[in-house]
Amino acid sequence: MNKEIYDALAKIVGGEYVSNKPEELFFYSRDQGSSEPHNPDIVVLPKTTEEVQKIVILANQEKIPIVPMGGSLTLAGLCIPHKGGIVLDLKRMNRILEINEISRYALIEAGVSEGALQSYLNKNYPKLMHSIPDAPPINTIAGNVLIHGSGHLSQETGFHSEMLNGIEVVLPTGEVCNVGSCAVVPKWFARPPLPDLAGLFLGWHGSTGIITKLSIRLYPKPLKKDVLVFVTENPDYIPDVIYKVTETKMAEDVNLFAQPKPDWAEGFQQTVINITGNSEEEMSFKRRLIRRSLEKFIHDKEGGFMFIVPIVKKGFLEAPLRALTQFADVMKGGGFEYIGVIIPIENFPQTYRDTLEIAKKYRPKWSIMCRVIGRGHSMMFAYSWPFNRANSEDVQMARKALKESNLSALRNGGVIWKACVEGQKIMMEQMDPNTLNLLKGIKRFLDPNNIMNPGNWEVN
Amino acid sequence: MNKLRFDETICASCKSYDCLVKCRYLNLDLEKAKDEKRKLIKGEDSIVLTDCVTCYSCEEYCPYGNHPFYQIVELQEAKGIYPAPKPITNQQIKMVSPTGKSAYEEMRDPVISLCVFPEAKKSLRGNLFNDPSSFLGKDYFCNLMYLHFGKSSIIKERLPKIIENIWAHKLDKSESKELVCYHDECYATYASWAPAFDFEVPFKPVHFFEYLYNRLKENVKNIKALNTKIAYQRPCSNRLISDQQHWVDDIFELIGAQRVEREFDRENALCCGGPLRMQGRDDLAHDLQRKNIEDMVAAGVEWCVFNCPFCYYTLGGMVKEKKVKPIMMIDLCRLATDDIKGKRSEGYE
Amino acid sequence: MEYEDIIHRCFRCGYCKLTEDYGDINCPAYRKFYFETYSPGGRMWLTRAWLNQEIENSRRYWEILYSCVTCGNCKEHCVFTFKDDLLNIFEAAKAEMASYGLVPTPVKDYFKAINAFGNPYKEPKDKRGKWADGTGIETFSGQEYLFYVGDVGSYDERGKRMAKYVATLLVKGGLSIGILGNEETSDGNDVKALGGEKLFKQLAENNIRKFKEIGIKKIITLDPHAYNAFAKEYPKLGGSFRIWHYTQILAILLKDKRISISEYKVKVTYHDPCYLGRHNGVYNAPREILKGVPGLELVEMNRNKENAFCCGGGGGNFFTDILGTGEEAPGRIRLRDAMNTGAEILAVACPLCSKMFDDSVKSEGLEGKIKIQDVAEIVNQAMKK
Repeated sequence: MNKEIYDALAKIVGGEYVSNKPEELFFYSRDQGSSEPHNPDIVVLPKTTEEVQKIVILANQEKIPIVPMGGSLTLAGLCIPHKGGIVLDLKRMNRILEINEISRYALIEAGVSEGALQSYLNKNYPKLMHSIPDAPPINTIAGNVLIHGSGHLSQETGFHSEMLNGIEVVLPTGEVCNVGSCAVVPKWFARPPLPDLAGLFLGWHGSTGIITKLSIRLYPKPLKKDVLVFVTENPDYIPDVIYKVTETKMAEDVNLFAQPKPDWAEGFQQTVINITGNSEEEMSFKRRLIRRSLEKFIHDKEGGFMFIVPIVKKGFLEAPLRALTQFADVMKGGGFEYIGVIIPIENFPQTYRDTLEIAKKYRPKWSIMCRVIGRGHSMMFAYSWPFNRANSEDVQMARKALKESNLSALRNGGVIWKACVEGQKIMMEQMDPNTLNLLKGIKRFLDPNNIMNPGNWEVN
Repeated sequence: MNKLRFDETICASCKSYDCLVKCRYLNLDLEKAKDEKRKLIKGEDSIVLTDCVTCYSCEEYCPYGNHPFYQIVELQEAKGIYPAPKPITNQQIKMVSPTGKSAYEEMRDPVISLCVFPEAKKSLRGNLFNDPSSFLGKDYFCNLMYLHFGKSSIIKERLPKIIENIWAHKLDKSESKELVCYHDECYATYASWAPAFDFEVPFKPVHFFEYLYNRLKENVKNIKALNTKIAYQRPCSNRLISDQQHWVDDIFELIGAQRVEREFDRENALCCGGPLRMQGRDDLAHDLQRKNIEDMVAAGVEWCVFNCPFCYYTLGGMVKEKKVKPIMMIDLCRLATDDIKGKRSEGYE
Repeated sequence: MEYEDIIHRCFRCGYCKLTEDYGDINCPAYRKFYFETYSPGGRMWLTRAWLNQEIENSRRYWEILYSCVTCGNCKEHCVFTFKDDLLNIFEAAKAEMASYGLVPTPVKDYFKAINAFGNPYKEPKDKRGKWADGTGIETFSGQEYLFYVGDVGSYDERGKRMAKYVATLLVKGGLSIGILGNEETSDGNDVKALGGEKLFKQLAENNIRKFKEIGIKKIITLDPHAYNAFAKEYPKLGGSFRIWHYTQILAILLKDKRISISEYKVKVTYHDPCYLGRHNGVYNAPREILKGVPGLELVEMNRNKENAFCCGGGGGNFFTDILGTGEEAPGRIRLRDAMNTGAEILAVACPLCSKMFDDSVKSEGLEGKIKIQDVAEIVNQAMKK
């Protein structure tokens, strides 16, 4: 990158927030997953929408790629600058701008982390909560919403993108645009009934614009929480288990885990059902209804509720679940990547079996982690592969497992969530051609110079 | 494999069928009890096998020591009638499976087995205990809990090695060759179940409360009477070794704790409900727990004292909701000797 | 390099940057610079890259490595089993660099000064004990306790004032206590934190030999940095002594009423020094002292105890000043935390914290709005009243 561009960027954000040093280029060229690294030319840390706008205008003028970055915890290489250019680390934009208690929404900047909002609400608005994903809490809310993430309230209320009320976005051509009610009136309370332009940015991996502000829904925070873990040995039962539990409408969060370690976990599916309430009466009622919904399995001795000691229960009730991050070190290797796929519930058994087959071939340690979205409208199924990044053979094996997982995901009727570039390509290969054309057209319209996170959703 | 010392002629000539008539869960009159007993002796299906809640009480009720409960479990397994769902049973079997890594450690008397309860180690501190030798882990786990799952075979399979691990790796240098069993169930394994199945136990099991009582006696000048009312949650395993019950009252007397008279205590004690939950019998568990706790509250107790960690995990939170403080017996004694202060006196953690 | 076999295990998940409730960025270097490279995860990944020759040694890498103030927040909040080795890894990386002769100039200067003068201030040895004039504390000659003051307490104006207050109180409390005075030499804690392994070993072994020769068994430190060195590092080199920080002893003296105090109506907030709090688990003693002052209202900052935000003086930064003094300097951020409590006094228990906050008051323009006083000074005030 030439000195002029560097100086121009330094003038926008301040010299101390621009770096083209090898150290920053190294670090921002990669993430924790297995993707090949690609160096940016420069890393920039803006503080305001105005700064972002100026940077985008400059980049557009000079046709320099820009990769917006939040927590960079997708593990799928979505913030890796495949074509070099500018990595825009948005975490300095970390203000919580407004909490609307009555209409229950939070207006925040793009760099606000899940943990920051969680803590802020706990201290200042203890009756309100947002849906917390299990990614580490430095994860930005914007990043998670934009990739259609999910979290602890998703079983009740859907993907996090469904909890989005509105956004402020800097378009690739430099205009700043509001989407949602905020485009018309001062408050950021809903996207309907306007034409929903949020879809131009959700799931696009930052390739159509840079979100600088967003408003998300908040929810009442119950006083009590508990967890039930239903154990089965046959994956074929799971769709029915999920159907029955979600039918009760009593659960807040429904997840499923399966893994070979610890030894006692191998061969079992553990459906983790979180319930919340405001009184012991309510909790008791919910527990009873959920237990009753699975009576047949219990009567037939095909499934039962696990006894959970208090310290283990405490772990299950964390938000975010630290155990999921700790899983990354299962190989004592610091590497971890998963293919997340959104599947209809009935496709769980085959997807599960595929995972075991892939594991047999490539990975001794693995995990299946699932979250039910909506009242069982779909589930996020993760084929999770930890690896030892210090062992290149192990990294290769993990890559093979990931590749096969992508193929398995589609074969089993799922749609790959936050797909890495390779996953995107595979999906586009089987995508409806008119849809593909529409993607291409939108991208060309919004980003005529293809500066926004190039390499992603690139329709050739 | 080792056979149960069960004499069917004793049952056949029994007049009272106390094992079934006194059972508070099956509700059988004398005629029905006789009928079901006959089926059991013949090895036929019986509602006893399907409806038993596995509270172990019938072992205590039988005046002849003819092991009615152990016999139920043998039959359940032989017939494939398991109390708990298969995944739960299988998971529990795996969960506390021996690792094969028992290690030699030189220990001095008294040697205490903490079973699989690491939290117990935290309680074995202070002036009352003088830093005793202790060990814990899956390679020393008594396995008796599989009685709740109809899996005698697991106990039979694992126990010999468990005993060998303890004898060779922990009691080798012990002069007394006694093993203090922190968990009531461990003591019951060596003092009741093993003899019933002719398993040799080379060491002498000592009930933890006997040890605790003796420690208190030695520290009697440090005891400050608690002057408090307590409810005692008698665990199922104590039914197998009811001759050890007296230690509970002896300890309470020493530390100034009044064990209130209430409906569901001593011979009438109720199961904590933990095994029932695992069996999926939640309505029954809920009912028992409610009655038990209401009984405690009505008696005006300050503390609910537990013997068994599983009872504590199951009921501790529930009694706390009703403003009764849950506490393990060992910690109640430490309160009395002023070895713990502050938060722990609030109980359940 | 030691720990090279685990350095790849860092997942750069970011838990290390945060407080326990995830609400604040609590890594001072990351908070100052905001580049991921300045976070603990950044340091881990870059150090591995450096060892693998994927990046070269450079000024930037030095700055990143040495910007760590060794506050221990990462160690406290990392979710992985190797968390306790995080600071050791950074130290080992610095030592590795030193073994190649690749030491940044300010660090080199610091080592040189310690080597040549026995202190980083390049002050003569015979001025070391001057702070004690008028306190009544005697030279050590077999008393029960040694009062160890450290470099900052001996030579820095703020530090000397603190040492005076503490010494006066310990004498007033009737302790059998002495000091080494001019014979005292650097404890070496910050030398070690800066990667000066050999120099630290030399300092420590000299101190251990000296202490044993003159029969020192019990040591009270002014400075938590010295406390850390004596309690954690010296035993590894054969120097096992019983160690207290002065607040632990002062708390007992007050509880036993060996020092009597009067009412002192003031609103105070207390800053946990990293080497006393997170590193060594001493949180209660200073608070007991403050709560024991009649009329004193103790208010807690939002982030306290295990979540305290470092003043920025650790890891040698007190001398190397890599984090600088701008608006986002840790000392100034922490001072703002204190201001938010409405306290009149920010109480400290470390001479480095004391100086860092004194400077921050000036930078923030808060003279007259908040005072920085160490715990001993507050007790002293309560005595006067």
